[in-house]
Amino acid sequence: MNPLQKVAAIILCMIFVLMVFATILVPAPYARQFRDAPNAGPSTAHPLGTDALGRDSLSRLLYGTRVSLLLAPAAALLSTLIAALLGSAAGLLGGWFERIVLAVTDLSLALPWLFLLLTIRAMLPLDVPPMVSVIIAFLMMGLLGWQASVRVICAAARGIRDSDFLLLARSSGCKPARLLLRHVAPNLRPLFYAQFWISIPLFILTEANLSILGLGVMEPMPSWGNLLRGFEDFSAVAANPWRLVPLILLVIVVMSFQLVLPSQEVTQ
Amino acid sequence: VIRRVCVVLALTLVLCWPSFVGGESTSQTGGELHFCLRGEPKTFNPLLVEEDASETIRYLTGGVLIRLNRQTQVLEPGLAVSWKVSPDGRTIKFHLRSGLHFSDGTPFTSEDVAYTVKALMDPQLHSPTGDSFRSGEGQVDVQTPSLDTVVITFPAPVAGLERLFDQVAILSAHSQKKEMAVLGPFYVADYSPGSYVLLHRNPNYWKKDKEGKPLPYLDSIRLDIQRNRDIELLRFRRGEIHLINALDAEYFDRLQKETPAAAHDAGPGLDSEFMWFNQVPAAPLPEYKKNWFRTTEFRKAISMAINRADLSRIVYGGHAHPAFGPVSPANHFWFNAALPVPQYDSVGALRLLARAGFRLEDEMLRDSSGNRIDFTVITNSGNKSREQMATMIQQDLSQIGIKVNLVTLDFPSLIERMTRTYDYEACLLGLVNTDLDPNGQMNVWLSSAENHQWNPKQAKPATAWEAELDRLMRAQSSATNDKKRKSDFDKVQQIVAEQQPFIYLVNKDAMSAISPAVMGSSPSVLDPHAFWNAELLRLGADPALGAQK
Repeated sequence: MNPLQKVAAIILCMIFVLMVFATILVPAPYARQFRDAPNAGPSTAHPLGTDALGRDSLSRLLYGTRVSLLLAPAAALLSTLIAALLGSAAGLLGGWFERIVLAVTDLSLALPWLFLLLTIRAMLPLDVPPMVSVIIAFLMMGLLGWQASVRVICAAARGIRDSDFLLLARSSGCKPARLLLRHVAPNLRPLFYAQFWISIPLFILTEANLSILGLGVMEPMPSWGNLLRGFEDFSAVAANPWRLVPLILLVIVVMSFQLVLPSQEVTQ
Repeated sequence: VIRRVCVVLALTLVLCWPSFVGGESTSQTGGELHFCLRGEPKTFNPLLVEEDASETIRYLTGGVLIRLNRQTQVLEPGLAVSWKVSPDGRTIKFHLRSGLHFSDGTPFTSEDVAYTVKALMDPQLHSPTGDSFRSGEGQVDVQTPSLDTVVITFPAPVAGLERLFDQVAILSAHSQKKEMAVLGPFYVADYSPGSYVLLHRNPNYWKKDKEGKPLPYLDSIRLDIQRNRDIELLRFRRGEIHLINALDAEYFDRLQKETPAAAHDAGPGLDSEFMWFNQVPAAPLPEYKKNWFRTTEFRKAISMAINRADLSRIVYGGHAHPAFGPVSPANHFWFNAALPVPQYDSVGALRLLARAGFRLEDEMLRDSSGNRIDFTVITNSGNKSREQMATMIQQDLSQIGIKVNLVTLDFPSLIERMTRTYDYEACLLGLVNTDLDPNGQMNVWLSSAENHQWNPKQAKPATAWEAELDRLMRAQSSATNDKKRKSDFDKVQQIVAEQQPFIYLVNKDAMSAISPAVMGSSPSVLDPHAFWNAELLRLGADPALGAQK
């Protein structure tokens, strides 16, 4: 581990500790409204100030971190697994299977997902607790967010399909499943990692957009997504720069994850 | 030679004189006013107007017999010098101004009024404006005893008849230009779909100012079609447009910080925000929840437990006022001033709930069968104010042990649940009200009406108080005496306050942005807030906003 990686690892550890002990550390419950202090600046009572309804911003940030850092990677993992399985198999096997997978991917990319998501939301029952609605939102993202990754992974798998080491493995009688798991997947692992890390901030932002449409994390539960919705009012952010903290935290977390990861050269 | 030069100079002076002294007669000096339409005008036919953009054009171009003064809320003579409604409320007689002409020069006579009224009542035309006049079976009779007299007789009494003529722009019976020939202060000179509508000053407009100068002062109005409110505000701040007719509290505060002189808050408007519980018998809800929602004490307790003052102060930044009931205090005549002021009282709410068999156990409210009181409020997604109000209501009701979930839905899904499947528990929405008269609310209060949202389209009234609402609304709509109508509608407001089928939350203020360069503006609480006196507006220089004359 180089020094930069160590710093990134320490930052991530600290954020995870904060996330785990959020319940103890927060100055106030995340949903409690201090109605005499809406949009307040930082103070000893509210170190990061309050939001438009007077809720403590630090408490909401810590709880929001817990929601987003647990569920966005879970959704990213699900979508990357689907993409890895379909993309690697399609690239390795080629032929009709590859054509079908890519056709389904193209079709899926062409579908108006926004309207489908709205339809799905309209069909869901209304009286679901906020936590269940959060899980449903991220599950939908995980199940529907694999298409772009499939194309990338499939192209990479196609690139190594005729490589010497695979030829050798095949000539040694290696079965397709073993080929996929023992030879193709390890070679594509950096790509899987990249797709996974790229998906995390993407899902966090998608959740923010879905919240606007009533599909994401519902009030009063915080998430990075709905905390980032505060940026709609840019002039308010300019006047209260501490509101940038959720964005800064998002950038730090994503960068730290990228740095902590073993680089492609190392994994190969 | 000198004499010849003098003659030439004199001739030149004589020839040029009209352009020096008479310039004002052909062009005004009021400049060109710019503002935005928030959508494409669907029609220029004033009888077919349904949406805001067309309504703006109708207001600025249409000449009406009687005009409602948006500031005093009093009816004033327009194209009619005087009018008289018969005691039975079926006939109205107008005396028209003589010597007037449409914008294309066609003379205005009683024939034009007769032509307009017949078109308005033509069932083939499906005029939304005409719907207000349909009082009963039978034909409308229009007599024109002279060129300046019109007598219109309806088959049945029409309540508030003369007020309805504020919406009827008179069409020309003879002009080749049809609806483009107008009697209002401006006429449509150019229209580029998706881009702009250009209105020019009507040289034949009848009104004059106190000094006898012809109105309007403005030479033209350019209405840019702009749906995006952020861009609209940005353009206002750059000085590219001179006014924004309706502003949200958030935009208002932003503007007030930058240009206090441009931000105008005219006080509580007619619009209200409210929530209601689903009382539809066929709704797919557990029976015990339906019982809560049908209990008057439950609804009243919820109403008492909501802190409306906080909603107004926090969500609307103080640009809203706690709502009393279905009529805003801005509606001077119809508002029932005897209604009790809504008070936040969570202790009183708990007392009321206890009386109805609810009990608070471990900070959770339960009904007499032990069911925990929780419900889901739906509202339309993307409306930040409503989401914030619902979140605040969540906290207010948690104080009395009620758990509230909030779900935002896209508008079509919301309407589907409200009007077809009835699969919801409570809903928070708002009402944009442009009509002062209670007849505009017939489709809300009659138990058979579609917009009787808590339990629409009832074959017969489900409760005694709804039957009484039906009776009172019908009585006021058929009465011709305003005092009697007011008395009936006061009782309607009283019943609504007692039963709380709609829990009124706030009345939003009427806010607008008007550049200091615009002279003669006087924002009103009634729509159009910023340009209701368009003929009296003119532009001066305002370098701060970059407005140009």
